[in-house]
Amino acid sequence: MTSRRSKVAPQYDVIVVGSGAGGGMAAYQLSVQGLKVLLLEAGRDYDPVTETPMFQTPKDAPLRGSGNADKPFGFYDATVDGGWRVPGEPFTTAPGSQFQWWRARMLGGRTNHWGRISLRMGPYDFKPKSRDGLGEDWPMTYETMAPYYDKTELLIGVYGGEEDLENTPRSSPGVLQPPPAARTYELLTKQACDHLKIPCIPAHRAVLTQRQDSARLPQKLHPGNPLAQRVLRQSMNQRMACFYATDCGRGCSIKANFQSTTVLLPPAMATGNVTLITDAMVREVTVDKDGRASGVHYIDKLTRVDHHVTAKVVVLAASACETSRIMLNSRSALFPNGIANGSGVVGKYLMDTVGAGLSAQIPRLEGLPPINEDGTAGIHMYMPWWLYGEQAAGRMNFARGYHIEFGGGRGMPGPGIFGGLESFTGGAYGRKFKEEARRYYGSFMYFDGRGEMIPNEDSYCEIDPVAVDQWGIPVLRFHWKWSEHEINQAAHMHKTFAEIIDRMGGKVQGTVQTDGSKAIATGGSIIHEVGTVRMGSDPKKSVLNEFGQAWEVKNLFVTDGATFVSNADKNPTLSILALAWRSCDYLVDELKKGNL
Amino acid sequence: MSDETKPTSGIARRDALKVMAAAAVVPMLPESAAAAPAPAPASREPLPLLDEPQRPVRRKGPRGTPSDPVLQVAKADWPMKLSLRELTTLSALCDMIIPADAKSPSASAVGAPGYINEWASRPGGDASLVRVRGGLAWLDRESQARFGTRFHLATNAQRTAICDDICYLPKAKPEHQFAAQFFDTIRDQTATAFYTTPQGWKDLGYIGNVAIPKFEGPSAAVRKQIGVE
Repeated sequence: MTSRRSKVAPQYDVIVVGSGAGGGMAAYQLSVQGLKVLLLEAGRDYDPVTETPMFQTPKDAPLRGSGNADKPFGFYDATVDGGWRVPGEPFTTAPGSQFQWWRARMLGGRTNHWGRISLRMGPYDFKPKSRDGLGEDWPMTYETMAPYYDKTELLIGVYGGEEDLENTPRSSPGVLQPPPAARTYELLTKQACDHLKIPCIPAHRAVLTQRQDSARLPQKLHPGNPLAQRVLRQSMNQRMACFYATDCGRGCSIKANFQSTTVLLPPAMATGNVTLITDAMVREVTVDKDGRASGVHYIDKLTRVDHHVTAKVVVLAASACETSRIMLNSRSALFPNGIANGSGVVGKYLMDTVGAGLSAQIPRLEGLPPINEDGTAGIHMYMPWWLYGEQAAGRMNFARGYHIEFGGGRGMPGPGIFGGLESFTGGAYGRKFKEEARRYYGSFMYFDGRGEMIPNEDSYCEIDPVAVDQWGIPVLRFHWKWSEHEINQAAHMHKTFAEIIDRMGGKVQGTVQTDGSKAIATGGSIIHEVGTVRMGSDPKKSVLNEFGQAWEVKNLFVTDGATFVSNADKNPTLSILALAWRSCDYLVDELKKGNL
Repeated sequence: MSDETKPTSGIARRDALKVMAAAAVVPMLPESAAAAPAPAPASREPLPLLDEPQRPVRRKGPRGTPSDPVLQVAKADWPMKLSLRELTTLSALCDMIIPADAKSPSASAVGAPGYINEWASRPGGDASLVRVRGGLAWLDRESQARFGTRFHLATNAQRTAICDDICYLPKAKPEHQFAAQFFDTIRDQTATAFYTTPQGWKDLGYIGNVAIPKFEGPSAAVRKQIGVE
């Protein structure tokens, strides 16, 4: 991959801002369809093939690899220049609001470190308001999106099972890769869930359990497009299947899991149609006298020089809140409240995922013989939401569902292992300590709920009236409030976890909260922030149409999580990718028709 | 394993180091030099144009900053603060917590005291350093008072007598509260040090971090043992 600075501005068809899930997919889809793309990334160039610390152990790292403020998820986490803070790029929160904002400043963005959990939104998830009167409906249905989910899963590679449950749709036959076998603790959990009538099924994650069929898939995904087929075949041939070692959060040098930098950007660059500029911090979309987007201003972070580049179309995919920030900072005589923001909706209806967790110790997992449980370094099983009927019947005190992710077992011993063991052993030390460590190792588990948050008027971002970052760009100020739906849901998560743990014969660690406000994670901390530039069918209540095209500026598109109308409990990345693909198909079509 | 793992807190260690390094190179002018008349200003080269990069700009690869460290080869790069005397006492305590047995070596044999020194000396770790140093000093004084010898020179039975008093905070006497906190800290850190080594992995039976062609899940025997078959 090359990164260049433009000396003279060439005429591009499309400027894509951001290289993560939404931007990477846009760069790929637009370039394989022959458009000239300028891809701008605010972080540095990054190459997972040479930079990923595969097989490095905690002992090889400072402080045994434990996290710090600069590397919050541990020394080996892939995130560059990011985490809960970005050097020189602050944000603010309004009085009384708590919000955390995870960012990454690197090619591929957060796709380099994410959990790879890839769950489809279901039929209910696209029409939530029609079901229970809350929030807003999406402008399209699941049936419209299903083919794009299929294609996206084939493109990136997703493992999963064949279950077809209520609002947990199955993929078309032959789309998914085989799921990995369940581990000991996953088998035990499933046994308990079977008794409790909670479905426990193979998880869907963007990890290859076998190599992709590079002879067949490129033609299936890009019929009649030899360029697309050639670059995709080449890219698929470079991807290996998972070898069941090293944490996905570090990235993957063998390209077995999905990250934009291993799956989308290499074929995009191979088309010869993409010019990539890294360290390019976009601050504003410019408009011409007719109110059309004319280009963007970006600051080259290494020289601090401000540049202006132009194109026929601008696609924003800077991450949900960063995209809002760019739009709100793009003020002009025609758009005094920010570009395409006549509705006033830009920045509004910010959502995260509801999170609550509980840990446990499971005696039946004590003293097992050595077993390699690394697996795909992520979940093999999970529990989708199962109480739709109860909610429809009005028997629940919260409106939307959650799924359960869980882990534990005989993972790689790292920093902090056996911290707190003294409460099990009465303070053992010496030979007794070693015996107890052997006994308890692998017997600890955790359960995490991931639930739907309903968009509300009190959760949004806006431009801080005073603060700017080191590039002189006004920063975001966040407002945040949970509703009773989320608070009650968090309490229900704890109750469920306790029932599962009890059924397994385990002991809950910590407190089972009946007050959900004591269980719920801080807004933003689950790193599923979406919304703020939502799509819709009414230009007065939304910013974009169903293709991510701005109602007021027809050559301005958004393809990241900002477009989300609701935030189902399904982790957002897969949907961002599928929506971005659909937006690009429409964009190319409109451009060909001369409509943009 | 979760979608997003839990964060841990810490500090911008290299930021702190930079400040320390900058402070260290401020020259101390001797009195006579300070008193000497100032030399005439020399003619200067014009300042470089600020719009141009002053050296070739590196756009690829890690930049070696705290938020973008080189991940492939990395070691603690801060000065170690514990003295040899302190490390001697610490080694004896680490080996009381994790002694050698038939299955694996002792904590000191795999470098646990060195790791604890790294941890306690880290920039921003002042509270940890106070706890470790204060605890080690207490340990030697306690041993001296009870047995007339420093902790590492005491017999195993004598060391055990002291450790028994401080090994479990909820049961420690009021006068042993600090020592029990200290012991708990050292036990946690010794376990971190020991069980992150190849010897520690082997002791626990961790056999992962190796490439395998297929993931098969537990054997029938293990499934039977946990009661799922």
